Amino acid sequence: MKYLYLLWSNLKRKKMRTTLTLLSIMVAFLLFGYLGAIKQAFSQGIDVAGLDRLIVRHKVSIIQLLPEAYESRIEKIEGVEDAVHQTWFGGVYQKPSNFFAQMPVKPEEYLKMYPEFVLSDEERNAWLNTRSGAVVGRGIADRFGWKLGDRIPINATIWSRKGGERTWEFDLVGIYDGAEKGTDTSQFLFRYDFFNESRQFGEGLVGWYTVRISDPDRAAITAELIDAEFANSPNETKAEPEGAFLQGFANQIGDIGFIMMSIIVAVFFTILLVAGNTMAYAVRERTNELALLKAIGFTDRGVLALVLGESFVLTLLGGGLGLALAWLLVSLGDPSGGSLPVFFIPYSDLAVGIALIAIMAFIAGILPALQAQRLQIADALRR
Amino acid sequence: MAGMFNWISQIVSVTLFNLRTLPQRIGSSTTAIFGIAGVVAVMVGVLSIAQGILRTMENSSSSENVVVLRSGATSEMMSGLSGDDVRFISEGPGLLRQDDEVMASPELFVIINLPIRSTGTDANVPMRGVTRVAGDVHKGFQVVDGRMFEWGLNEVIVGVGALREFAGLEIGSTITVAREEWPVVGIFEASGGIAETEIWVDASVLQPAYRRGNSYQAVYGRLKSPDAFQEFKDALTSDPRLNVKPMREADYHSSQSTVLYNLITGLGTLIAAIMGFGAIFGALNTMYTAVSSRTREIATLRALGFQASPVVISVLSESLLLALLGGAIGASLAWLVFDGFRAATLNFSSFSQVAFAFDVSPALLVRGIVFALIIGLIGGLFPAIRAARQPVSAALREL
Amino acid sequence: MTESSRSLVSVKNVDKVFKRGSEEIHVLGGLDLDIPEGEFLALMGPSGSGKSTLLNLIGGLDRPSQGSVEVGGERIDQLSNRRLAAWRARHVGLVFQFYNLMPVLTAQKNVELPLLLTHLSRAERKKRAAIALDIVGLSNRNNHYPRTLSGGEQQRVGIARSIVTDPTLLLCDEPTGDLDRKSGDEILDLLQALNREQGKTIVMVTHDIHAAARATRTLYLNKGRLTTEPEE
Repeated sequence: MKYLYLLWSNLKRKKMRTTLTLLSIMVAFLLFGYLGAIKQAFSQGIDVAGLDRLIVRHKVSIIQLLPEAYESRIEKIEGVEDAVHQTWFGGVYQKPSNFFAQMPVKPEEYLKMYPEFVLSDEERNAWLNTRSGAVVGRGIADRFGWKLGDRIPINATIWSRKGGERTWEFDLVGIYDGAEKGTDTSQFLFRYDFFNESRQFGEGLVGWYTVRISDPDRAAITAELIDAEFANSPNETKAEPEGAFLQGFANQIGDIGFIMMSIIVAVFFTILLVAGNTMAYAVRERTNELALLKAIGFTDRGVLALVLGESFVLTLLGGGLGLALAWLLVSLGDPSGGSLPVFFIPYSDLAVGIALIAIMAFIAGILPALQAQRLQIADALRR
Repeated sequence: MAGMFNWISQIVSVTLFNLRTLPQRIGSSTTAIFGIAGVVAVMVGVLSIAQGILRTMENSSSSENVVVLRSGATSEMMSGLSGDDVRFISEGPGLLRQDDEVMASPELFVIINLPIRSTGTDANVPMRGVTRVAGDVHKGFQVVDGRMFEWGLNEVIVGVGALREFAGLEIGSTITVAREEWPVVGIFEASGGIAETEIWVDASVLQPAYRRGNSYQAVYGRLKSPDAFQEFKDALTSDPRLNVKPMREADYHSSQSTVLYNLITGLGTLIAAIMGFGAIFGALNTMYTAVSSRTREIATLRALGFQASPVVISVLSESLLLALLGGAIGASLAWLVFDGFRAATLNFSSFSQVAFAFDVSPALLVRGIVFALIIGLIGGLFPAIRAARQPVSAALREL
Repeated sequence: MTESSRSLVSVKNVDKVFKRGSEEIHVLGGLDLDIPEGEFLALMGPSGSGKSTLLNLIGGLDRPSQGSVEVGGERIDQLSNRRLAAWRARHVGLVFQFYNLMPVLTAQKNVELPLLLTHLSRAERKKRAAIALDIVGLSNRNNHYPRTLSGGEQQRVGIARSIVTDPTLLLCDEPTGDLDRKSGDEILDLLQALNREQGKTIVMVTHDIHAAARATRTLYLNKGRLTTEPEE
């Protein structure tokens, strides 16, 4: 601890340079943290997918509808505990760029299937008692400033009402919170019975099913049983674990995500290189001070530790600030103005960030530190 | 006048003198150059993705073309038009007639799942059911390998983009859709437009396969001239039998790419801004180091009677030169690596894949270099001011 | 001189060869030197004669190519780097021509620096640094940074640093070489006092006859050999 003062004094030597280096490192880690959130958004919260849930969709494409009657058939299959259906409503709120998911569901069953959607009993009862009631996630409510009791008009792009009316009005009766960080709080849910009776066509057809299974280890077998049940029917299905479904969806974003990630990773390292070079330069220019320390009795290893320590303090401060700033920035919202359903930095990325800070500190510090360690006192003092 | 000349000659000589010492600071100068190059390369690279998507949409559209959807629908997938609707639309004024056929192509649009070549996971691939005039209406349509499908048969042709991105679409292979086998018989191009990501079949074969009866989702039409649009639109929207939304093809396609374009541009700009700050810090560091290593020299010049402004300008020009070099390297790198790079992604608006090529346009290159120069300007300005403000006597005494 | 009973430094048959590229430069050859405890020895000689090299060997900053260097009964040429560093910290104080103060530390902290290597408490370190600064007459400059001190003051901080660990041996490399006459004299007064009153053994490399005159013995080094008279 007593050396910390020495270390800190060295960093204060050229305040401008130290500050700028610190800021560069901060920027690098701000970028890192921010990208973690973007990556997470593109992968749509795969991390939080339920292991005990399958998604069952039409074999040809998720846009093909399935009969409502499949629910009871799926529930009879061995290993299945529960099944609920959802349908893509695809409506527009005010303008088409306000993109978010609206889905008609059966309230009680749906909330049971997704315990991570936390709704107070009061609001739950209100939903059960209001046919035109809608429940939305905290994220989307904040985005549009909706409050309980609001009447929200949604313009249908697919599902017009009987008589051709395109505007559906819903009463906001509940706002759910996510139990976990990655929970999607951008959903707009309303009652399937209301939807089914009011829609102009497609009565009895639903989008896809979420199925809870009793044994996650037997997910593959249960999925096969479900697909076999509907094989050779007009509406064949494809069942897969929720995680795989989301992963498949994320993969659709394809190479772009990968390319963006890789070029940005390259830049991340460029910034680190620049910062590392500056740190190395800062060590080189005080060779004779390091030699002095050795002359008065600091060991080679002691000097090595001192230089490495400096690098660690600087990187830790810069990197820590960067990650903290990223955290702050991410909590302010996503860059597209809310079209990403989840946007947060996963803890695993923070852990990787901290590991990177340590690695960066080591790499930036080790060469000058070794140089300092090998320094021949007699030569260096003469300079 | 003489004073002016003197001033300029001071600037020139100080700057040249300064630049001659540049090689001595090669280490820190190189890192600044590469820092800026990296930032510019990423900015240009990411924006070239957005630009590429935009270009694909532009390639898809010709100015005489219109798209008609059911009103309220924001994309083909959400739209639906009955056989009667299609008939009324085809009677609309201003549509081009060619060999006695009206250039109006009613089409079906569905999505099928096919594995992505690189990952093997499913992707939403658009499949279009077309009629005979489709090839004449859609811009640049041309079968480039194999043959056109036979009308009335379960055969498909595949866009070059789809062939490249998704597995199992080579001529001779078969895809399974709606429990039927569909052999691939040809490959087509569509002037680099979005149709190149699609699979085309005869609409009259697709309708029963998807139990669509005689309904369609969109009508693509070719007008006699771009000017005929207003008349066409007015006629359709005022027709009491119809409830449709006619759009220029360009408007339709650009509406389809807005969300994706904004997302990528937004991300790209934000990331470039963050990185720009990093590069500014790097440049500032480099220039402060450069200035402090020249403290004595600058003080000597000042003592000899040189004014402050030539010193400021010499420092600024050094930093701008480094930035220009970095910007040029970064922009060329982006151009070499990314221009024409082919990829596909999910377009949220149409919920289907779109294949495109990264487009590093000259405008983007210019933007990249301007960005670099801004970094260089900010990175050089403060150190330059510091250099000019140094008290001459103190600086001369310094080691 | 007879074999001293209490020789603090004993250099025997020392060679020192530097390699510059493929060329070998013999700086010291077969050199012997004994320094009794309590002596103030001045080492003179032209540039490049090996004065500083000899000083570095005695201070354990460098190793002989051949021969032995014994200080306080310990063969320091045989110590490992690590133990040599520890040895320096305990037994030698070093004073340099250009002071070699840490510009980022105050006078007080500069003096305290060698004490960081001891197990002394923070308060004890502070106290000892204050005493050392008091001895060199700078107790009023505790919180000054080196750049705000005059050359003479800086050198006094350097001397305070060299004595703060209470070593028996002080090694000074041109301590007045960068100072004006007046400041130089003050430094020499200080060294002399340290030698007489505190019993420090001092080895001082110098160019300056005035400085050498303060020593109890002067030796001349020329072409790697020691003599008691300057060579013409």
